[in-house]
Amino acid sequence: MRRLTLPLFVALLALVPVVLPSSAEFYVTLLNYIGLYALVALGLVLLTGVGGLTSFGQAAFVGVGAYTTAWLTTAFGWNPWLTLVIAFAATTLVALALGFITLRMGGHYLPLGTIAWGISLYFLFGNIESFGGHTGLGGIPPVSLFGMELKSGREFYYLIWIALMLGVVATQNLLDSRDGRAIRALKGGVVMAEAMGVNTAWYKIVIFTIAAQFACVSGWLYAHLQRFVNPTPFSLTQGIEYLFMAVIGGVGHVWGALLGAGLITILKQWLQDLLPKLLGQSGNFEVIVFGLVMIFVLHRARDGLWPVIMQRIERFLPSGGDSRQVEPAEALPRRDRPVGGDTILEVQQVTKRFGGLTANNSVSFTVRAGEVMALIGPNGAGKSTMFNCISGVNPPTEGEVRFLGQRVDRLLSREIARRGMSRTFQHVRLLPTMSVLDNVAIGAHLRGSRHFVHASCRLDRDEERRLRAEAAKQIERVGLAEHMFDAAGSLPLGKQRIVEIARALAADPCLLLLDEPAAGLRYLEKQSLAELLRKLRSEGIGILLVEHDMDFVMGLADRIVVMEFGEKLAEGLPKQIQEDPKVLQAYLGGVE
Amino acid sequence: MDFQIALLLGQDGLTNGAIYALLALALVLVFAVTRVIFIPQGEFVAYGALTLAMLQAGKLPATLWMIAALGAAIVVIDGAIAIRHGAARRLPRIVLSNLGVPLALLLIVPNINAAGLPLIAQIALTLAVVVPLGPMIYRLAYQPIAEAPVLILLIVSVAVHVVLIGLGLLFFGAEGTRTPAFTDGTLDLGVTMLQYQTLWILAISAVLIVALYAFFGRTLYGKALRATALNRTGARLMGISTTMAGKLSFTLAAMIGTFSGILISPITTLYYDSGFLIGLKGFVGAIIGGLASYPVAAAGALLVGFLESYSSFYASAYKEVIVFTLIIPVLLWRSLTSHHSEEEE
Repeated sequence: MRRLTLPLFVALLALVPVVLPSSAEFYVTLLNYIGLYALVALGLVLLTGVGGLTSFGQAAFVGVGAYTTAWLTTAFGWNPWLTLVIAFAATTLVALALGFITLRMGGHYLPLGTIAWGISLYFLFGNIESFGGHTGLGGIPPVSLFGMELKSGREFYYLIWIALMLGVVATQNLLDSRDGRAIRALKGGVVMAEAMGVNTAWYKIVIFTIAAQFACVSGWLYAHLQRFVNPTPFSLTQGIEYLFMAVIGGVGHVWGALLGAGLITILKQWLQDLLPKLLGQSGNFEVIVFGLVMIFVLHRARDGLWPVIMQRIERFLPSGGDSRQVEPAEALPRRDRPVGGDTILEVQQVTKRFGGLTANNSVSFTVRAGEVMALIGPNGAGKSTMFNCISGVNPPTEGEVRFLGQRVDRLLSREIARRGMSRTFQHVRLLPTMSVLDNVAIGAHLRGSRHFVHASCRLDRDEERRLRAEAAKQIERVGLAEHMFDAAGSLPLGKQRIVEIARALAADPCLLLLDEPAAGLRYLEKQSLAELLRKLRSEGIGILLVEHDMDFVMGLADRIVVMEFGEKLAEGLPKQIQEDPKVLQAYLGGVE
Repeated sequence: MDFQIALLLGQDGLTNGAIYALLALALVLVFAVTRVIFIPQGEFVAYGALTLAMLQAGKLPATLWMIAALGAAIVVIDGAIAIRHGAARRLPRIVLSNLGVPLALLLIVPNINAAGLPLIAQIALTLAVVVPLGPMIYRLAYQPIAEAPVLILLIVSVAVHVVLIGLGLLFFGAEGTRTPAFTDGTLDLGVTMLQYQTLWILAISAVLIVALYAFFGRTLYGKALRATALNRTGARLMGISTTMAGKLSFTLAAMIGTFSGILISPITTLYYDSGFLIGLKGFVGAIIGGLASYPVAAAGALLVGFLESYSSFYASAYKEVIVFTLIIPVLLWRSLTSHHSEEEE
């Protein structure tokens, strides 16, 4: 039943211009506009709902698309299809440049930058003489397709909705892919994504550019539908309205863009008729209603209306059985591993200062392949700081970290991850709404190479199967097979830590950094975790472990380093450590 | 451009820059304390000027009905919460604190000849009518989601902005107005003429900036706001209510915005939607200061003022393009110099 929904919807859309009588031209126009707006809102779904960034300047990108084609086709008589390519290229360049400038900084600089850019481009359109100033440009030629000129709204309808449906499908494909997972990881903060090898700055620029490109195509379509452009539809007000559409419809869902565009467009028509009569004045009073609805939605249903509607539908029309599965696929290639016993990590005299606070003071130790090295010490001893120094999350102030013989203390965490170091976090960093499988598959990010262009055309399926199979393998390995498709956030905290281990393993590491993996686990779970770590050790993986559970550490570790107040207190075999008077004093207090 | 024109433009730039600086300070303050990027800051400029104009025209300012309506909405929400928590005895206080001022003003204003009052009384009335909008908007739009991500708060700000723009059109109409100068006439300095209003603007801006400085440095509430800006959780553990801090910072922002509107409406015609661009220019200044540094934000705002006034001479049509494009090199400079800071922990 539900599988038929989409084909039915498409068939219905295709029939609209055929069945509507010529007296109902208004509805064709309305649907054309909904399609154009939805295309822009779709870009915002990717940017805001999925990536956690936002832009109020999408209308300006629509303007770039519209004005490029309007000017080139009227002033130079160029073919609209050629100007589409040029508009696309121009938008891409502008978006890349703006993205490079604003995306390196905190989240709010992008929206503020886009507000400024939206205003400035609007005034620019209105002041360039060859663009016709505020009066605009007319006489734009119609688009020809297979020798047929698309002059009427009904003919153009198909072009708009085909473009929109292609956009929807491409976006859905993209989200369900390796790059899609990386993009969804942006919302969970960049630290985890970077530690899994994701170049977060690049992905932010990518989604900003894709959103701009959708807007540009919408603008190109608009110009050839209207055959006339002026600056008004590209103002900041319209840019804000696009964001309203996406947020009210459901900014995290591809179909939310359509829903939002439809709702706002129809509501606007209705309110523009109603409100001036009601208030006895003319003016754009519908913005009052839109603004209030926005505030209400953000307070009460931050994910927009689409998920609310879907929940109702689920209740009456259950989705009928869980069809999710992992298809078998050829295993991913594995990296060359160092021979057991070789030193893989050397920490030499590492010091980390935060302002006046010295969190690590000249600490040195090594980890060998095929051993479990435990880092223990009271709270605040600087263990997690040391982890961050080693994994490049927060590089050391002084000292050297060598991994597989090369210095890594000045490398970014994603570069270190590429060399075969993987880690978990003390404060679990999973994407709570994503399935366990998808979360773990982020760990395998660097083992794939197909990117968003492949993904949107579904040229990545072979690799995607292999990545998913790898993720599934690691989930089974850590004993969470039954939770494979559950939302990661629905698991108890202890199990979430285990998911983090599976994610780290999906990277095929030769060194594993585990920050308190046993915290929150029950006795039997701890035993099976210890079993897993022993097995990994026997495979030649080096493990560096921070843990407070002494039974767990003493039973598992080959060697132990004890830290206190940022300094190394002792190092040795578990038995030596247990008898070391300094360690006893640090843990139990001195004997008076 | 001769020396005379340069001086004249400089005077313009300085006057506008002083206003932008005030707004930039308010924006930095609100952002630091509440993490709200207060896009509607500019609306207070327009509301202030147009409310004053309505009072002077002998009309009942529509903003008065707005504070009454918002006050009533808060009474309903807070009242419902109080009753649900079995604290119905708090109801009189809730009613009084939210509807007291609006109802008193609704009783007083129509029965006095506001148009005949001295200017200073009219200004005081305007402040009394418009400033309560600040904390009321905070209570209704922001307080329920005070811990939401900056991005969500920003989108709420934009929503509040469009609501205020729509209401502004409804209240004040599409006509622009000017109000009379505090002191008429000009001061002849020999090389140039200086309007007295310009002097008023500069003097009052300076006084306000010094007053804010003293407020933050010397008073308990000022220190509480600074503590909240530094660390919300820490401040709360010290017994500082973040809700109080939010309302207070919005009150200050509303006051600064309203007063800025009153200051500039004698020298420039303000429409219901003029405030937005004025506020955004304050923003450009605030961003130059990284939304964190008060002195750099103020200096940035002055720079915006000068840039605007000189570019209006050379390329008047492109004035806004130039001012808002300035933000691009500024952002580039900031992104290259500031260390890429991590959002968490």
